[in-house]
Amino acid sequence: MYSEKVMDHFMHPRNVGEIPDADGVGTVGNPVCGDLMTMYIKVKDDKLADIKFKTFGCGAAIATSSMTTELAIGKTLEEAMKITRADVAKNLGGLPPIKMHCSNLAADALHEAIKNYQKKKEAKK
Amino acid sequence: MDHGAGMPLDSRVFEAMKPYFLEDYGNPSSSHSFGNSARNAIAASREKVTQLVAAEKPLEVIFTSGGTESNNLAIKGVAYRNREKGNHIITTAIEHISVINICKFLQKQGFEVSYVPVDKQGVVDLEKLEAAINDKTILISVMYANGEIGTIQPIREIGKVAHENQVIFHVDAVAAAGKGPINVKEENIDLLSISSNDMYGPKGVGALYIKKGTKVQPIIQGGGQERGLRSGTENVPSIVGMGKAAEIAKRGMEAEGERLTRLRDKLIKGVLDKIDYSFLNGHPTERLPDNANLRFSYIEGESLILGLDMLGVQVSSGSACTSKTLEPSHVLLAIGLAHEEAHGSLVFTMGKQNSEEDVDYVLEVLPDVVKRLRALSPLTPKEIVR
Repeated sequence: MYSEKVMDHFMHPRNVGEIPDADGVGTVGNPVCGDLMTMYIKVKDDKLADIKFKTFGCGAAIATSSMTTELAIGKTLEEAMKITRADVAKNLGGLPPIKMHCSNLAADALHEAIKNYQKKKEAKK
Repeated sequence: MDHGAGMPLDSRVFEAMKPYFLEDYGNPSSSHSFGNSARNAIAASREKVTQLVAAEKPLEVIFTSGGTESNNLAIKGVAYRNREKGNHIITTAIEHISVINICKFLQKQGFEVSYVPVDKQGVVDLEKLEAAINDKTILISVMYANGEIGTIQPIREIGKVAHENQVIFHVDAVAAAGKGPINVKEENIDLLSISSNDMYGPKGVGALYIKKGTKVQPIIQGGGQERGLRSGTENVPSIVGMGKAAEIAKRGMEAEGERLTRLRDKLIKGVLDKIDYSFLNGHPTERLPDNANLRFSYIEGESLILGLDMLGVQVSSGSACTSKTLEPSHVLLAIGLAHEEAHGSLVFTMGKQNSEEDVDYVLEVLPDVVKRLRALSPLTPKEIVR
């Protein structure tokens, strides 16, 4: 059902965890629906210096979370905001159609974390 | 450990079927010797299925294309034939999807259907069932056992209630047949659906027991085979296969039932002992010998399936993420689980291919799979990730 790349990221997810002093945090999904993910980001010089995630969900939810962190680390915030769900799926060698919408939420979680960081920065000004 | 989803054909069944493809290919309706041979083979099969469910006469057994068709013939057949008497059907909230969808279909045609709730262990509420009966009630349809949570229903008592109220009683025994003794007479059953592929027989064949005198209207019209109740040229090789499967199941039932019950209980106890925040779904004792449905908090079933699959263990889940509809199992919701709890359920269905070593292996690898996924989950309380 899943590509080898998806299974690799499911079995060996990259950047799992939390960042206690994160600059931004984004959570999307709902445990009632079966998917919930949280992304933590550290920002340095307008770039994503570190990202960690925690995900409750199916194999696709875990693999897309992992892939999203890999795609985003080191990118500028502007570049990271341009990462789409389709980019994540493409880099994983595709996802089953039924999983494209329900479990492919990681890019959204990343964007939420960046917005959260920007909002905090605005508030400090 | 996913026998509920698909069972291998018993090699003895395959051998019994073989001659009916290339040698004895006659049509049972033909008068010549080829027809005779096919006719005799079907009669012998019918006798074996009759014995499996302890029916009185072979003519009470009708061969169909499987459990779903048997349920269709039983429920629609009774509903259409008895419409003048009433339009009310009683069933339960945890029936197989085929029964639920047949009932929904009949509701669109003006039938009224009551879905009786079950308790937390999945047992039908007898009082509520009896209270649901009214003077328009023509049929009560309750499954013998639930293939997902394993719970076995108090069939004899439900049948008694049905008959005290002159209501026809149908039992979907697809998940139960061949795994434990069924006695249609003693258990007050008027119609009983069974399928072949749930007892190591071929797919695409099943049977419906119809107690003599029960009024059923055929749903397939044609040449009048199977006493006019199921027209269409008989699927001779598959019917022969089902008969053989029924014979093997009946002969080995007691020993295999005891063996599977022992494995099941070892698996359940082992998981509950070894893994915190794990729970059994369904009834602890009144359950199918092959079924263990276990629930793990804070994680989702499909990722558990994948994790176990990588280690060579194949199971099912009641999670939405494994279904085509993206809804969690209606059975798990009916026993009162919240959506997020239903997502974390795993169904183990064991069979002839499973040994005690398999159970030991699951008990060895499952705790780590659960632990790894819990470490990934934002829902897991910090104190339980060690």
